[in-house]
Amino acid sequence: MNAGAPLLTVEDLRVEFQTRTQLVRAVRGVSFSLGREKLGIVGESGSGKSQTGRAILRLVAPPGRVTAKKLEFDGIDLMATGEAQMRDIRGKRIAMVLQDPKFSLNPVMTVGKQIAEAYRAHASADRAAAKQRALDMLRAVKMREPERVYAAYPHELSGGMGQRAMIAMMLATEPDLLIADEPTSALDVTVQLQVLAILDDLVSQRGMGLIFISHDLNLVASFCDRVLVMYAGRVVESLRASELGQAKHSYTQGLLAALPRIDKPVKELVVLKRDPAWAGERP
Amino acid sequence: MSADAAMLAVEDLHVRFGDVHAVRGVSFAVGGGESFGIVGESGSGKTTVLRAVAGLYDEWTGTIRVAGRVVGKSRDRAFRKLAQMVFQDPYGSLHPRHTVDRVLAEPLAIHGQGDAEARIEASLQAVGLGPEFRFRYPHQLSGGQRQRVAIARALILEPRVMLLDEPTSSLDVSVQAEILNLLSRLRAERGLTYILVTHNLAVVAHLCGRLVVMNQGRIVEAMTVEQLRARAPREAYTRQLLRASMGYDREAARGLETFD
Repeated sequence: MNAGAPLLTVEDLRVEFQTRTQLVRAVRGVSFSLGREKLGIVGESGSGKSQTGRAILRLVAPPGRVTAKKLEFDGIDLMATGEAQMRDIRGKRIAMVLQDPKFSLNPVMTVGKQIAEAYRAHASADRAAAKQRALDMLRAVKMREPERVYAAYPHELSGGMGQRAMIAMMLATEPDLLIADEPTSALDVTVQLQVLAILDDLVSQRGMGLIFISHDLNLVASFCDRVLVMYAGRVVESLRASELGQAKHSYTQGLLAALPRIDKPVKELVVLKRDPAWAGERP
Repeated sequence: MSADAAMLAVEDLHVRFGDVHAVRGVSFAVGGGESFGIVGESGSGKTTVLRAVAGLYDEWTGTIRVAGRVVGKSRDRAFRKLAQMVFQDPYGSLHPRHTVDRVLAEPLAIHGQGDAEARIEASLQAVGLGPEFRFRYPHQLSGGQRQRVAIARALILEPRVMLLDEPTSSLDVSVQAEILNLLSRLRAERGLTYILVTHNLAVVAHLCGRLVVMNQGRIVEAMTVEQLRARAPREAYTRQLLRASMGYDREAARGLETFD
């Protein structure tokens, strides 16, 4: 792998959906690059943050259409990659974790089998080796009883355990980039802390790149290295996570002000006043 | 607060679903016009307490008193007029094929209340929706507008107690701010009593004066919002919950404990 170049370069990414009545432009010219770091993408529902994540994996289904001046992952032009090669990249080089493990795990297959199957899809390993790998991964995501979790069906696990199992599955193939779309939004705060610590270790110890998509500004500010703030399909502000408090864009400032805070009581919360200029094309 | 003077008093509430003992001896009292929070993680029993108070379960034991009257398993119309509930998910709590008008007219018809026309208009206005919303279907509304309709439906019988189950959890933060402001204003204007169930400590701190923290079906700690703001809970469980709510913290993640 080229040490100097960024892991992922995105330039002028656009995702559009042609419906019967109109053209919906979900992502409108997003550009960023990612190294071996934790990049947060925050925004409200409909801001295009999830579609950005899906577009990188070329998971936008028709009638959705993805275009980009550049979409390059570790020297591979993802826009020019065929579907067969894309299948090889998905799960192996770039993995994705979605919000709710209840919907992303197969309900009629044991958790261990699913992890082993995902591993065998990309690595030439026999059943015994894949099982061993699955158990190792369950240990890596801090499951106390990996054997029991291996044999369990998804409904037998709590939300936090399900999400950790999902992360174990994604990590079995040692991807270089993990796209996590609201990975902790369905979890309790203490479980969220555990899951984030696991992701944090993976980035710092294995040098993985992480795109962390979330609606939670405070969480992203405390967890990520850098943050992109999205509004109406565009990145309106990009800043270091530690400097979120000094955000310059009025949308970011408005979102922060709208959050109730434990330590700073206010009588009335500031309501976001949307400025049509935020959604406009860049000058 | 004495149980007699309280608007809502719950004593030794137990809820069992088969072998699952979901609520294990919960007692609290809420005064008239007070805003009271019940906080906890999933499975703590917080929503079960609220639903038992609302009369949505039969499987409970203990005493529930509303406005000085002991209520039983089945609730009469007088109770429903006194206490109304707002649910978490405005996408699931409104009938998809009923217009806003029908949603609001139904409680009036059930309770045999006249003057529906004026009351529907007034309740829409109270939640900040114009008359143009009256004949829309839920799918023509945003999440925040739906939650406003759910609040209008709860308000239309002019209850004194509002049971709020995570009323802003499925909304964007900018919309959450609008709904929280609306709830604050309505309580001030109408002297309503709120019981708010949430996992979000910041929302409780904003809307409530007092709260209880639940874990494993029991109340771990009762505290004032001032104590919460000062980050001075007595119990280790609450301290951990508070710390985890403040965002990602490597040290806190390392020191996590399990409380049974």
